[in-house]
Amino acid sequence: MAQMTMIQAITDAMRTELKNDENVLVFGEDVGQNGGVFRATEGLQDEFGEERVFDTPLAESGIGGISIGLALTGFRPVPEIQFFGFVYETMDAISGQMARYRYRSGNTRPMPITVRSPFGGGVHTPELHADSLEGLMAQQPGLKVVIPSNPYDAKGLLIQSIRDNDPVIFLEHMKLYRSFREEVPEEEYTIELGKAEIKREGTDVTLVAYGAMVHSCLKAAEELEKDGVSAEVIDLRTVSPVDYETVLASVEKTNRAVVVQEAQKQAGIASNIVSEIQEKAILHLEAPVLRVTAPDTVYAFTQAEEVWLPNHNDIVEKVNKVVNF
Amino acid sequence: MKRVLENIENQFEMFQILNEKGEVVNEDAMPDLSDEDLKEIMKRMVYTRILDQRSIALNRQGRLGFYAPTAGQEASQLGSQFALKQEDFILPGYRDVPQLIWQGLPLYQAFLFSRGHFKGNQMPEGVNAVSPQIIIGAQITQAAGVGLGFKRRKEDAIAITYTGDGGASQGDFYEGINFAGAFGAQAVFVVQNNQFAISVPVDKQSAAQTIAQKAVAAGIEGIQVDGMDVLAVYAATKEARQRAVDGEGPTLIETMTYRYGPHTMAGDDPTRYRTEDMDTDWEEKDPIVRFRKFLEAKDLWSEEEENKVIEQAKEEVKAAIKEADNTPKQKVTDLMDNMYEELPSNLKEQYEEYKEKESK
Repeated sequence: MAQMTMIQAITDAMRTELKNDENVLVFGEDVGQNGGVFRATEGLQDEFGEERVFDTPLAESGIGGISIGLALTGFRPVPEIQFFGFVYETMDAISGQMARYRYRSGNTRPMPITVRSPFGGGVHTPELHADSLEGLMAQQPGLKVVIPSNPYDAKGLLIQSIRDNDPVIFLEHMKLYRSFREEVPEEEYTIELGKAEIKREGTDVTLVAYGAMVHSCLKAAEELEKDGVSAEVIDLRTVSPVDYETVLASVEKTNRAVVVQEAQKQAGIASNIVSEIQEKAILHLEAPVLRVTAPDTVYAFTQAEEVWLPNHNDIVEKVNKVVNF
Repeated sequence: MKRVLENIENQFEMFQILNEKGEVVNEDAMPDLSDEDLKEIMKRMVYTRILDQRSIALNRQGRLGFYAPTAGQEASQLGSQFALKQEDFILPGYRDVPQLIWQGLPLYQAFLFSRGHFKGNQMPEGVNAVSPQIIIGAQITQAAGVGLGFKRRKEDAIAITYTGDGGASQGDFYEGINFAGAFGAQAVFVVQNNQFAISVPVDKQSAAQTIAQKAVAAGIEGIQVDGMDVLAVYAATKEARQRAVDGEGPTLIETMTYRYGPHTMAGDDPTRYRTEDMDTDWEEKDPIVRFRKFLEAKDLWSEEEENKVIEQAKEEVKAAIKEADNTPKQKVTDLMDNMYEELPSNLKEQYEEYKEKESK
């Protein structure tokens, strides 16, 4: 076992799969000699050569397009979009193309592509670097969307994503990259996609979250504990498909839920989860299901970032509302 | 400031082997094709013209879905396809169904594609292609990727992709040819310049005098070819293919052509944007008329042979449409089965719901 940050665990996952499968290719802007702007691909080009780990011209749509072409010739591409705010440049390649190729080819042309990209707020980036756009991705049939909240999960989920025969959007919250270390096995292991994890057991309310918000929920749960409120915290890990089974089982036990996302409120992952809970478990509910989200504006880059981003206080406040309903 | 534009544009003279009268005007460039090959090319062009006429008629009867007419573009489409090997990979635009058919896609599947049935998109074993692209230009970056894949695997194969003059305005066109150049991808990019992107004339697409010259910015070779001259298109594609597999880089080929019919059968009326004179001028350059003259002068083609091909095409279309009719309709549960390798939890639940609906 080694102590790793999330970014080290991500590099380790790519190294593992580059070793395991000669069809795995890692590429993107600055991922070669520079090792990526966050150093996610540090050392990989030296270890595996320029044919397998390489820089591309600076054009995201082209990166998406060559990923598809390489998949058509039997490779397993792992492209990086330098910041997920740049995904708009390659929306057709992702949503219009790779997500639909399996269907479009009558199930003869799978797209085993893992698009990795940093996202998420709180690290003082310029405009269009921090936006939470997972909702856009989750709306596209044909894609899976994975968001780890810690180094251990990041490694197991990324290895599984690379091995998956459908396109996976793998989103890495920038604030989690180096914020803490934990034990990560050096050997390979996988974590099934589409499976949530109960991070903390509780009896009074269920908190559902993913990415950095898992940590805000855990912090909120600690504070709530002091007031005698027992919160269960679920880390979705995959936001498409969502593990509703785990969510519903928890809500049926606690009878209350608050769903937390860093993204804006409208038409997001949280809304979907609230809908599913009321469709399937309304008779178990003692209170309305509330959401903690960012407001429906563009991301408040640099200015007012800390107020814009949901935090543990916002979560505690909403939990108190549902507990005292 | 040194002015370079004029010098560059002067480099892109149209390459031609047969003139409009079917006379060889460029003996040096004459490709090495046997008499059988020459007859085969003619057969394919005649067949494809009939297929187009029948497809238009079938569409009007409501028996086909989406259809983009091909008449006028036979030399561009089939001359380039004839230069391919079976290992090569075709990434077509929506008008490029004939190339798929001659590479081995059964006709009834082409009709199923037109009807939006997923079985029309399942290429048979040995046909390296994807179904025609709807998003203009998306196939171009993908072709760069396929060409890079072939290079990495050291295969004697290329990616060939097709778009039109409008497609050459897309960002993906520039990204695709630029990526291909930077990676030395084994790819050939064919722009069939049929003068109009639906209704917008090519001179409104760009200030560039040729589309071929756009290759210069990507650092790759470019050539403008007479797209009504099947031998010129064949020769240019053959050379580009060879250069690609020899590691000499990708090529952009602009074929000067014309579509006689509407953009698609979904209500486009070309009289709103083209004159009759223009249609007549281009019909005088017709690829089949020109090649027929060339073959007749060599005593390789007769009216009898042509009629035989026409009859064969009509018969095969009839049989293929019957086979398409006999294919079970696509269901919502088929769509679900084709979205992922395994049904995810949300679709599993919906699958049961639709299976129930479909059983009624």
